[in-house]
Amino acid sequence: MIGPRQPIVGADEDVSRLLPRRARWVPVISVMAGSLTAALPIVADWPVLPPFGLLMLLAWRLLRPEMWPAWIGLPLGLFDDLLSGQPFGSAMALWTITFLAFDMMDNRAVWRDYWMDWLAAAAAILFCLAGGVGLVAFTTGGGHLLAIVPQALMTILLFPAAMRLCAALDRWRLAR
Amino acid sequence: MAPPRHRRPGFSRRAQYGLFAAYVVAVAGIVVSLLLVMAARFDPQGFGALRAAAIDLTAPITTAGRTAIDGVASLGDGIAAYWRAGSQNKALRRELEASRAKLVEARAIDFENRRLKRLLGVVGDGNETVAVVRIVGSSASSTHRLVTLSAGSADGIRPGQPVRSSEGLIGRVIETGRISARALLITDGSSTVPVQIIRSGVAALATGQGNGLIELRSLVAGQTPFRRGDVVMTTGAGGIYPAGIPVAVVTSVSRDAAVGSPLADPAKLDFAAVLKPFQPDLPPPPAPAKGAP
Repeated sequence: MIGPRQPIVGADEDVSRLLPRRARWVPVISVMAGSLTAALPIVADWPVLPPFGLLMLLAWRLLRPEMWPAWIGLPLGLFDDLLSGQPFGSAMALWTITFLAFDMMDNRAVWRDYWMDWLAAAAAILFCLAGGVGLVAFTTGGGHLLAIVPQALMTILLFPAAMRLCAALDRWRLAR
Repeated sequence: MAPPRHRRPGFSRRAQYGLFAAYVVAVAGIVVSLLLVMAARFDPQGFGALRAAAIDLTAPITTAGRTAIDGVASLGDGIAAYWRAGSQNKALRRELEASRAKLVEARAIDFENRRLKRLLGVVGDGNETVAVVRIVGSSASSTHRLVTLSAGSADGIRPGQPVRSSEGLIGRVIETGRISARALLITDGSSTVPVQIIRSGVAALATGQGNGLIELRSLVAGQTPFRRGDVVMTTGAGGIYPAGIPVAVVTSVSRDAAVGSPLADPAKLDFAAVLKPFQPDLPPPPAPAKGAP
């Protein structure tokens, strides 16, 4: 199991309001920092950089299912769209759809473990990257599904590392 | 491991309503964002001001990082050049002698070219530079192939202006902020450039593939006019890209098309020139009607 589970106050009441400011903002800021990697001075003529914003979002969602409401993908996706160069609204829509799908999965699944998390994240990554290609093709035309294969593989392989990073951040943000 | 406790609101009415409201907001948000995507299809420049503000905010960071990277990279190049100084010197001297003769020839051709143009009354060759900029970043995680330029509307850069380097065509500007701009590369899937083969003059269209390569399709039916190693250059048709800028070199030929790699590799580029749009085909403004009833 990754990261210590803190005792949940009350019977799943709105816990987030009881937490200090750092504990509430660290996840949001880490996802935004992931989106900001698009501003790194890398000039590539092939989509090579994994979408770190999406990686952090998925890792937080699978680590702390109760932390965020389903609409959190809207503001975070808007920030990602501003920087990534994708058409406006694409990350907003894709990330929120992913969150709704995860909520449905949580209501059905009986068992969850490390491999299930990775599998779910891999499906979400493939959905978001392929959806991004589709939306770019819809808005301006062009684009190849094959062009994202290396990026998708790299992102899926990076997911456990993102989960580790989130677990470390989680421990830090909830430390007394 | 049993599933973690999820948003089970229990018996609290307030928690139940809160959960329901979150889902309503999420679904409404999905609808709104899909509408935004639709809007982007019909008006690609929409929300340009927001995007421009975002690139203006991040461009200084990107530029600073790029400078640091260039410093490190040129240090490595310098050391390598020092090690190979002797052999490099010999090779360069040979190359210099060969190119000196070519240079004299090119000067003569250039002179004749200008004389003929003057005779024909052609004004301007479309290679007027608006600004010389640095390429500082790109949309490395997106399917869109965009690069960030280090100058914006404050330096006279406007959407639609072509961008080239000394090696060849890079693309065209699509968004401008105050101090930065974004250009669409010719390797993007939505970019099409009218070109011709330098060897034979056969016209073709160069469309990006989104993976760093360019697909070339000839405009004449029949046998493929491409050969490996052919260089294509812009024709000036369409009015955006000036004529005579090298675009790509053919790397593989199939039955009805060819694949080329761009001559200007954005990853190795440092500086680029933003040019004025080339519009020789625009009809002259209609003369004011004289003596019309």
